[in-house]
Amino acid sequence: MKVLACITVAAGLLGAGAAHAQPIRIGELNSYKTFPAFLEPYRKGWQLALEQLNAAGGVNGRPLEVVSREDGGNPGEAVRVAEELIVRDRVSVLVGTFASHVGLAVSNLAARRKVPFLAAEPLTDKIVWEDGNRYTFRLRPSTYMQVAMLVPEAAKLARKRWAIVIPNYEYGQSAAASFRKLLSAAQPGVEFVTEQAPPLGKIDAGAVAQALADAHPDAIFSALFGTDLQKFVREGNLRGLFRDRSIVDLLGGEPEYLDTLKDETPDGWWVTGYPWDQVQTREHRDFLDAYRARWHDYPRLGSVVGYSAMYSVADALQAAGGTDPEKVVEAFKGLHVRTPFGVIEYRAIDHQSTMGAFVGQLARRDGNGVMVHWRYCDGALYQPPDDAVRAMRKE
Amino acid sequence: MTAGALLLLFLNGLAGASALFMVAAGLSLIFGVTRVVNFAHGSLFMLGTYAAIALAPRLGFWASLPVAALVVGGVGLAIEVLVLRRLYAAPELLQLLATFGVVLIVRDAALWAWGPADLLGPRAPGLDGALALAGGRVPTYDLFLIAVGPAMLAALWLVLHRTRWGVQVRAAAQDRDMAAVLGVDSRLLFTSVFVAGAVLAGFGGALQVPREPASLALDIPTVADAFVVVVVGGLGSIPGAFLAALLIAELKSFCVAFGLAGLELAVEFVAMAAVLIARPWGLLGRPAPAGPPADGGAPPMPAPGAALRAALAAIAIALVVLPAFSTGYPLVLLVDILAFALFAVSLHVLVGPGGLLSFGHAAYFGIGAYAAGALLLKAGAPMGLALIGGALAAAAAAAVFGALCVRLSGVYFAMLTLAFAQIAWSLVYQAGSITGGSNGLFGVWPAEFLSGRVAYYYFTLALVATAIAGAWIVHFSPAGYALRAARDAPRRAEAIGIPVRAQQWLAFVFAGLLAGLAGALYVFSKGSVSPEALAVPRSVDGLVMVLLGGLHTLTGPVWGAALFTWLQDAASRNFEYWRAALGAAILLLVLAFPRGLASLGRRGAPE
Repeated sequence: MKVLACITVAAGLLGAGAAHAQPIRIGELNSYKTFPAFLEPYRKGWQLALEQLNAAGGVNGRPLEVVSREDGGNPGEAVRVAEELIVRDRVSVLVGTFASHVGLAVSNLAARRKVPFLAAEPLTDKIVWEDGNRYTFRLRPSTYMQVAMLVPEAAKLARKRWAIVIPNYEYGQSAAASFRKLLSAAQPGVEFVTEQAPPLGKIDAGAVAQALADAHPDAIFSALFGTDLQKFVREGNLRGLFRDRSIVDLLGGEPEYLDTLKDETPDGWWVTGYPWDQVQTREHRDFLDAYRARWHDYPRLGSVVGYSAMYSVADALQAAGGTDPEKVVEAFKGLHVRTPFGVIEYRAIDHQSTMGAFVGQLARRDGNGVMVHWRYCDGALYQPPDDAVRAMRKE
Repeated sequence: MTAGALLLLFLNGLAGASALFMVAAGLSLIFGVTRVVNFAHGSLFMLGTYAAIALAPRLGFWASLPVAALVVGGVGLAIEVLVLRRLYAAPELLQLLATFGVVLIVRDAALWAWGPADLLGPRAPGLDGALALAGGRVPTYDLFLIAVGPAMLAALWLVLHRTRWGVQVRAAAQDRDMAAVLGVDSRLLFTSVFVAGAVLAGFGGALQVPREPASLALDIPTVADAFVVVVVGGLGSIPGAFLAALLIAELKSFCVAFGLAGLELAVEFVAMAAVLIARPWGLLGRPAPAGPPADGGAPPMPAPGAALRAALAAIAIALVVLPAFSTGYPLVLLVDILAFALFAVSLHVLVGPGGLLSFGHAAYFGIGAYAAGALLLKAGAPMGLALIGGALAAAAAAAVFGALCVRLSGVYFAMLTLAFAQIAWSLVYQAGSITGGSNGLFGVWPAEFLSGRVAYYYFTLALVATAIAGAWIVHFSPAGYALRAARDAPRRAEAIGIPVRAQQWLAFVFAGLLAGLAGALYVFSKGSVSPEALAVPRSVDGLVMVLLGGLHTLTGPVWGAALFTWLQDAASRNFEYWRAALGAAILLLVLAFPRGLASLGRRGAPE
């Protein structure tokens, strides 16, 4: 059995001065066993970033050390693990979490214990808005932002009757609510003819496809991902659900989910995602080359998130000039970080990063799914007005 | 909704029923003969899916189906010979625990072999299209599945009624001792039945390949669905399983049709609860003959002797002085252990002296946690009131559910408790304005004077110690003795004037109260609670703790909870494949101490 011992990636390998300094400890926790498809690439991403950072001399002359822990995929265990990272391992910053409820629980603990926390993956709007707090920052674009990026494309389709299909939990519900609100504003007179909310990971795809077809929509908005999306695509293809209909899927272009569709990838769907093989910016090429050299694999979206999360934490520590939690929090506000997607900023107003996503259409090429006609949507442009954000944050 | 659309949804339900039937039939067969509740049956189904996808590129899709089924049969053989065969004499619940260990190992083995990503298998060559029907399109593979279900039912019926092996299986299911006396080689029979059940599960999994991607998360939901089907149909009844599979699959299909997303989360459990309340032995099952309790009557639980009292006192003192030496993480872990110890003790009231196997005890833990959280956050109650309210809410829920559950016994009782837990889970999941929906509640922190780690530790220690002592005192009170009498000899107990049902109901409420207190203490230590607190894995954890510690001991649940929580914590830190490590540890413990941890100190004592 491969003993990996809490992956304490110490930093012995680096340059002179830093090697003898006391390392800065970062606590990382995530649901590696519950969402492995997304989080294995994520882990490779932050490991690469950590190696690069330490090879370049660490932060403020001190090497970085990451204590990485499995959070068990549920809030109770995650909170215990986070407490352990704080109390026993004496970490200066917490980073990680995937599912929204785990992220929210850890965020609440971080505020209680006054430890800066970078929520890398959770999509929920609440973690920066209704339930936002001083110590929590979030890297990934939120559900709201990704919906807002897709709505202009959806409005351009000029379809009147929309059906909605979402996984039945908070992410799906808030995606549906945002989509209804934003599309109605962009395209007055649009109708929503049915909404299906199958249980997460347990979709009865045949029945859902049938029920959607029965409502005779012109277009479908889907927030499905993972196995639910795979089953939905297969049944929908078989039953002719997608013929002559426009489809918008919130996460369908992410390699984690797209790659599994292979030659069944539906044509022409509008999605957000990450066309890793086509992005030609310099930042991205550097990242891609380093990632492939290190792991002999191509990056997924999780890789970019993990990589950017580690750089965000390092930059915040650098800017804070130390590990004092209050100073780290202040440094995070308005912090600019270079990522493979370009420079992002952690908004002072709600602690959300401006990391964006690629919006494009799906197509098949050599039996695999790819994104075409894509463009990068800067997350800074897809935000509610500042007044609305302040009202939600109640700070 | 047009008639055509309804027909299409009906066909979709029929197709879904076939695979469900095959898993359930295997589970039913195994339970009927060996009396093992095979928790790993969903894992075998999952392996069938993975194996078929892995074999299809080499053998072709159609050949991969039987080969995958045989491969899974081989895995079943290994499980039976290496693990279960050594445990047939052990209490039934320990076999359940062992199969749970197998679940953990199989999941990590699949992760190791096939990686973390979900795998979408090929479509079935020749049946990859769809037929135009009733204004829509029906996948041809669905039509094939619709035919496979009844064909398998007929084949199973023929094998069970027209072959020598089938007669032996039915004989052993009726009375395995008598079958053995009449010369049936029970070792061989048990092994062959387990392998046959595994083959069925593997075949069911392989058949799902064109409809369902292989995923590491298939195991527990599949076995839960299979349990429901088996119980709704009536234990041991293969036609009953077929009928129930049809019923459940159609209900699910029509929940989608009518947009009942909230009901869809738990529709099979609602159906199971309804069936069990109306027909306590399932649709086609027969009342089980009244006999001695399943484990042949437990030895009386001894009152704690002087040595145990001294040991407990020493442990209590150690726990009290501990913060003088460490105020760090050990306290965090100990608060968890204390809360789970109380949870395990509360479950033990039912499972041990009560003889009532509950699969859904997490419901009361979760209701306690949620009620406390909601009282604090939504009603602005002070912490003390929230704690008491949490425990009382759990007791109230237990009073309602318990009244319906205690009318049943054995596995049917267990499944009704599971059904109520799942229904409670789906209500919590749906009632977003009170419970926070899938995100749960957070910001549930203790009052200022208890906000320090040490203070909250002492607070928890005091409450948990009092509650556990209370439970132990009750065990040796007239109520406790009456409960044990009701377990060991219900008719005699009735005859001497003990109201058996009422006694069991009281125990149920008491257990709910304690579990609710544990949940309320837990939520204040974490600051948050989410629907997982009520979910099946939490109930299973509780059973594992009780069984590890020893079912028929007084203090066992506490040791079991401590060991399990510590193991889970330590294993998740030190091994990448920590689930498998935990599973292996459970198997080793079960095989080494088939009477539980607490039997360590009683070795050599006369039985």
